[in-house]
Amino acid sequence: MKKEILVCQGSACVSSQSRDVYDALESELKVRGLEEKYSLKPTGCHGFCEQGPIVLIEPEGYFYCQVKDKQVPKLVDCLQEGSVYEELLYKSSETQEPLKTRNEIPFYQKQKRLVLQNCGLIDPESIDDYINSGGYSSLQKVLSMEPDEVIKEVKDSGVRGRGGGGFPTGDKWYYGRQPQADKKYIICNAEESDPGAFIDRSILECDPHRVLEGMLTAGYAIGACEGFVYIRSEYPLAVKRIYSAISQALEKGYLGKNIMNSGFDFDVQIKQGAGAFVCGEETALIESIQGNSGMPRPRPPYPAEKGLWDRPTIVNNVETLSNIPIIFDKGASQYARIGTQQSKGTKIFALTGKIRHTGLVEVPMGITLREIIFEIGGGIKDDKKFKAVQIGGPSGGCLSEGYLDFPVDYDSLIDAGAMMGSGGLVVLDESTCIVELARYFLSFTRMEACGKCTPCREGNTRLLEILQRIIEGEGKMEDLDRLETLSRNIIDTSLCGLGQSAPNPVLTTLQNFRGEYEKHVKERKCPAGVCQALLSYKIIQENCKGCGICMKHCPAGAITGEKNQPHNIDADVCAKCGECVDKCPFGAIVPG
Amino acid sequence: MVDKVKVNINGNDYFVPENYTILKAAEENGIDIPTLCYEEGLPITGACRMCVVEVRGARKLMAACATQVSDGMEVLTESERVVEARREILRLLIANHDLRCLTCERNGDCRLQDYCYRYKVEDTPYKGEVKDFKIITDNPFFIRDYSKCIKCGKCVSICAEVNGAHVYEFINRGFDTKVTSAFDDPLPETTCTFCGMCINVCPVAALVEKSTLWKGRPWEVKKVTTTCSYCGVGCQLKLKVKDNTIIGVAADKSGSNLGHLCSKGQFGWDYVHSKDRLTHPLIKREGEFVRVTWEEALNYIAGRFKDILSQWGGRALAGLSSAKCTNEENYLFQKFMRVVLQTNNIDHCARL
Ligand SMILES: Cc1cc2nc3c(=O)[nH]c(=O)nc-3n(C[C@H](O)[C@H](O)[C@H](O)COP(=O)(O)O)c2cc1C
Ligand code: SF4
Ligand code: SF4
Ligand code: SF4
Ligand code: FES
Repeated sequence: MKKEILVCQGSACVSSQSRDVYDALESELKVRGLEEKYSLKPTGCHGFCEQGPIVLIEPEGYFYCQVKDKQVPKLVDCLQEGSVYEELLYKSSETQEPLKTRNEIPFYQKQKRLVLQNCGLIDPESIDDYINSGGYSSLQKVLSMEPDEVIKEVKDSGVRGRGGGGFPTGDKWYYGRQPQADKKYIICNAEESDPGAFIDRSILECDPHRVLEGMLTAGYAIGACEGFVYIRSEYPLAVKRIYSAISQALEKGYLGKNIMNSGFDFDVQIKQGAGAFVCGEETALIESIQGNSGMPRPRPPYPAEKGLWDRPTIVNNVETLSNIPIIFDKGASQYARIGTQQSKGTKIFALTGKIRHTGLVEVPMGITLREIIFEIGGGIKDDKKFKAVQIGGPSGGCLSEGYLDFPVDYDSLIDAGAMMGSGGLVVLDESTCIVELARYFLSFTRMEACGKCTPCREGNTRLLEILQRIIEGEGKMEDLDRLETLSRNIIDTSLCGLGQSAPNPVLTTLQNFRGEYEKHVKERKCPAGVCQALLSYKIIQENCKGCGICMKHCPAGAITGEKNQPHNIDADVCAKCGECVDKCPFGAIVPG
Repeated sequence: MVDKVKVNINGNDYFVPENYTILKAAEENGIDIPTLCYEEGLPITGACRMCVVEVRGARKLMAACATQVSDGMEVLTESERVVEARREILRLLIANHDLRCLTCERNGDCRLQDYCYRYKVEDTPYKGEVKDFKIITDNPFFIRDYSKCIKCGKCVSICAEVNGAHVYEFINRGFDTKVTSAFDDPLPETTCTFCGMCINVCPVAALVEKSTLWKGRPWEVKKVTTTCSYCGVGCQLKLKVKDNTIIGVAADKSGSNLGHLCSKGQFGWDYVHSKDRLTHPLIKREGEFVRVTWEEALNYIAGRFKDILSQWGGRALAGLSSAKCTNEENYLFQKFMRVVLQTNNIDHCARL
């Protein structure tokens, strides 16, 4: 077998100059006349983005991290010698041992890569690569079945929507199949509006045909001949790859008229959105495709009954659709063995925050948060203490340590006050202030709301104002009750899922970290030392040598003291800039 | 025939057509559910959330205006949870509203006031940012005072769906959302036809006719139902009358125009009190118009018709009718011309 050099060209690797690495490899091979001997290929993302640019050597599976273009000549030397370029291997954080292949790295060991199985291994712009890895064979199976059988298979698999709500996909398709209509539509929701998530983006960048195959199956099942991919225009690479996938699929007869001689026709168009959080909500998305402003419609009627241009429409998330070929490859019963009773298959998470290893991880449903954070993610960065994890995006919930052994599935997360959401998972350490965190997420959802309905438009602003007051040291105990009742009212009365979930971070932080709120209000203290207005500094008398450096640097003139005598800070004058803390050579100044 | 379903509202069973919304089912059975953004005949947007009700089995409160009934549905329209939710919505609305009710043109005729009274919302605990806009007086007919706007969106809908002018939209996002013309342009520079339908659906004092400003409190104004005299459509409208003087026009939904009007019916009534208006017949004698009685005038006209007809025949006569007449009047007119005055010379001003 010819050796393959696979260079990741996902967005993250590209931003760490993987194009330069690719170009260097290309010219190096040319200069040495090795173009025939080795095949150089661009691939999609491996998920281990912080270690990019990543270069994979097949068939040996050598997994090179943080490759730079100037290391390319040596890399090619090694290739020719058949040796390993050891410095480029990932080192175990415990033993410092270099690990040769991907599967030896702890980041990958607890993962179950099904949807992401091709990512990093095939050229996303080559339909042949996809076909050679088994692609479009599930479509062939589907087209030989009756649409009702297809729907039954999806129902039996137990797969639920990965776009947030977790609605059973088979049931949704069933509802889409029922109505008689002159036209029906399939919409692939690739808006991915959660700012921390890049799951759908990665799938589209790495394996776009998988998404098309899922859409085709959905179209065949409900009797739709037209599909839309609604994708944010901030994803230029994903847009480019899905365009190229569509044109290749058309050429090869996997799209267009009479697909694989089955008599089934299907076309796909791309609609680029301007990137508003609310446009990920299915009815707002439909309005946007129709050329209106992205404002949700009341449901029911659900899109499956009355969607795009009032026709029956199935809206499915990119990751949901990407699961479909797996179901038909494996068979529903095999697929249903993965996961828990009510949540089948895997889920991809975008792991970020104060964690050692960030990136995209695909795990079986039912895995615990502890496994994700401490085993796959390698625990908290800089040996700090775990404090909380925000799961489900900006309108998800913030869970404390007590939830670490909770299984990650749709229903347990809802019970915990959080949600699966889009798969954003932000890990926070002890240096995070929980009130500030709630304020941060709420300020995002408040800005991104469409402004149509009263509770969300007006209510979230008031929540934010209350949080702001607490952060500024002007909170009252009644404010905490207000936060709670107003949050519950917004959730209870808002028109769409945005308002119905935006207060989640407030409610869950109140529920799990009420003590920290009370400290802000009653003692006017921020235990994490984040809220500027609540900070105060003191000089530990025993440690102070009286050098006077702090006094010289304090812009407010708040520090006094005799030479070689312990100094003092006048809290009324102190501007809370923290300059003295940084400047004291003896670490004698501390918050408190 | 639409099938009927059984719906239980506040403990009583009702049989209503299955395509009804909860709001309609309640309304027809004398149960009042408060609404701010709902308007019969306009698309249902479900924006204000004032109409939320408790539906058994539903996790969240449901908007009565947007939710269809189903067989066996159980609804509570004034439960504690519902009332508290409505009170919260009202507290939020008045927290971002110019609350100078004392001198407000809609004082006493305002849905926001009515509902605050109904649900005993005297004040709001939310003292924070309040949107404050300058009153826009960019056209001769009405003002736009967006510090009073509650963003119900009814002006947007009626302008787009009934007039077809699409003048208004929701601009910006979130708390900064404002309902106004595209780019906040002055109305004379938009597609506005000044039909004024938007002011008639506005539930508060955000859109107010200039002619009524400082002219009287709503309870001092008599509303007189009449027919618009401008064209053959014969739209129904209500004249707002204070001290025997017309100060404005309100919608009247009883006629075939369903309360919709054009700029003439809405704003073109000032001729009524014009000093130049003819109020009795005149005949020109020796170059001067002289006041006569109706009988005298009609006799004179009939005499001249007869003279011309006998002397020159019907072809010497012609009739020109007006677009202000109804179809029936125009029919009678041509019949009269043909049969009595024996002429086919008949035309209509709309052809001029
Ligand atoms: C505020 C808001 C934002 C959303 N954003 C997305 C999104 O970015 N991508 C997505 O697939 N679904 C999003 N959803 C969920 C969609 O409305 C819809 O439920 C989903 O696309 C259905 O696909 P699924 O059944 O495959 O999950 C969002 C929902 C809300 C309320
Ligand atoms: S809940 Fe928020 S985003 Fe959804 S319709 Fe209401 S204002 Fe818009
Ligand atoms: S006056 Fe008529 S046309 Fe002008 S904005 Fe109002 S509804 Fe639209
Ligand atoms: S101007 Fe009046 S009708 Fe228009 S949105 Fe505001 S309150 Fe509603
Ligand atoms: S009247 Fe139903 S939401 Fe406004």
